[in-house]
Amino acid sequence: MGGSQAITYTLESSLDSVNRVEQTAEEMARKAGLEEEEIYRVAMAVREAAVNAVLHGNSYDPEKRITASFESTADSLVIRIADQGKGLNPETLPDPLAPENLLRGSGRGIFLIRSFMDEVHFRQLHPGTELTLIKHLGTARSAI
Amino acid sequence: MSMKIKTRQVDGITIMDCSGRITLGEGSVQLRDAVRDLLGKGSKQILLNLGDVTYIDSSGIGELVSAFTTVRNQGGDLKLLNLTKKVHDLLQITKLYTVFDVKDDEASAVASFARA
Repeated sequence: MGGSQAITYTLESSLDSVNRVEQTAEEMARKAGLEEEEIYRVAMAVREAAVNAVLHGNSYDPEKRITASFESTADSLVIRIADQGKGLNPETLPDPLAPENLLRGSGRGIFLIRSFMDEVHFRQLHPGTELTLIKHLGTARSAI
Repeated sequence: MSMKIKTRQVDGITIMDCSGRITLGEGSVQLRDAVRDLLGKGSKQILLNLGDVTYIDSSGIGELVSAFTTVRNQGGDLKLLNLTKKVHDLLQITKLYTVFDVKDDEASAVASFARA
């Protein structure tokens, strides 16, 4: 894939938006030449980020939007998902692997994002939160 | 895209054959409703066949855990059958693989349930 490609969506806070963002991430990862397993992981991480934005960030508020931007370069895939919610402090999230949390019915989304991407960054917006998910293409290829 | 669930009885064990995606919204809600329905009918020994589940997200994992604890809290048992590699890997990295009783053979899985 030559050069850099970028696309940005502004979407309503719905599950349709989550599915669209996931699909876009999958197509982007496939075009970048990732193996199927890595495509799946990138798409799932992006889906989880979109779910967080729609569900926990915007609480399905029809007045609020999520923004999803996708950038593909020769070296990496960079996906940014932003919401307009009350903000998320990643330091306060319970560890889903702790014995007392293992049987909780939720709280694994950020953990999966961190597991599947090479870099994850949080940025507080006013209002909202932006997650930046990065997959290094060299790392992904050499790991296979 | 959506999930389908078919239930059948084998030697007193309820087998739920799931196919499709278990994700936030449709699949998770379907699974929750189906388990609740079974418990309401007194079926507390449940084998969840995930062999045709193509995708599961964190919400779906959470729903599996909730189903497991709900069934256990009512004196029953819920086991998993035929995990795909994707689901297997997800349960491994979330440390849930050892929480669930995971089986890969239906007959032995059915036989493993404690009889009332």
